[in-house]
Amino acid sequence: MNSMLLLLVMGVGAGVLGAILGIGGGMIITPVLTIMMGLDIKYAIGASIISVIATSSGSTIAYLKDDMLNLRVAMFLEIATTVGAIMGALLVGMFSSNFLYILFGFFLLYSSYNMIRKLMDKKGEAVFTGHDPIVDKFKLSSTYYDKAEQKQIDYSMKNVPGGFIMMWAAGLASGLLGIGSGAFKVIAMDTIMKMPLKPSSATSNLMMGVTAAASATVYFFNGSIRPDIAAPLAIGVLVGATIGARLMQVMKPRIIRMIFIPIILYMGVQMALKGFGVNI
Amino acid sequence: MHEETRKVELIIGKILRIGVVTSAIVILIGMGLYFMSGSGYPAGEFPRRFSAIAAGLSQGKSYSVIMLGVFLLILTPVLRVVVSIYAFYKEKDTLYVVITTIVLVILMFAMFMGYRS
Repeated sequence: MNSMLLLLVMGVGAGVLGAILGIGGGMIITPVLTIMMGLDIKYAIGASIISVIATSSGSTIAYLKDDMLNLRVAMFLEIATTVGAIMGALLVGMFSSNFLYILFGFFLLYSSYNMIRKLMDKKGEAVFTGHDPIVDKFKLSSTYYDKAEQKQIDYSMKNVPGGFIMMWAAGLASGLLGIGSGAFKVIAMDTIMKMPLKPSSATSNLMMGVTAAASATVYFFNGSIRPDIAAPLAIGVLVGATIGARLMQVMKPRIIRMIFIPIILYMGVQMALKGFGVNI
Repeated sequence: MHEETRKVELIIGKILRIGVVTSAIVILIGMGLYFMSGSGYPAGEFPRRFSAIAAGLSQGKSYSVIMLGVFLLILTPVLRVVVSIYAFYKEKDTLYVVITTIVLVILMFAMFMGYRS
């Protein structure tokens, strides 16, 4: 009963944070379950994949209703992610996972450096509205209403091939290493494709559930998803994600970025160290 | 934005909400049963194949009800892709009907691989 209550509360927290940032919350849930509750890593991964799906589904309802996400960008890039994830799952064991952890870890560190620079930049959250042939061909530019700034924001993007490759790599990482790829998705849209942060996060939220659904079936049928853990966690995360998706819309993009940076910094350090054989 | 597009998006939102709320209700019913009558299984055991879940459901075992709810939750992103195809079709956006159908096919393939593994 107590542990169920704890899972429920943790789920709400992970759901709020995940919905705001467009990340799955596995990085919070896995260590709490394994270190604090002494749970086998197998069940912790099963639990975090359920949390990813619940965050995604809970927040997407609100983001769709408020027209915050970009469905075309999501489906276009989802091809890259799902293909990457399947390739990753098929190639497990053929690459050194240490090398991959170091590679993705340093990429996250580099991304946090980029994001800090953007935070310091006087132009700040300036929106890219220029033209790009691929963006026009695939009708990717869109608009959203920013409740914090109380104005309609039209946006475009660029570097679509770069974003596509990044999404493929994010899928590959999730297939090979069993890690979530929400952070990489946000970076692909925000940093590489120059999409505004809010639709990037909302779109990442929509995508990560679709990417996770495939691996969730694996975990479901191989017995990694325990009902006594998944049930309270799923309910908590659904509630949290619903709250988070509303909170995010009234937050200033700059504030969201300030929360995002320490989290990818932490993830980057954690992954790089894991690659060198140090677990924190 | 077109009026039609917005209308379709709101319909998608409604369908998705029904999917998510249904899975949440099933999980909550399972949790309620668990507190009333326990898991229905020996300690440390729970059903994970459809046949075992169906058998447990017919006997009203709480863990089977929860696992059904969790599986419904796993299906919600698939539902999202399916209704997106419908949305693009309503907008007469053939390019995105094709793109989204490709996503659905890849996803179904991956889930089938997951079931077989």
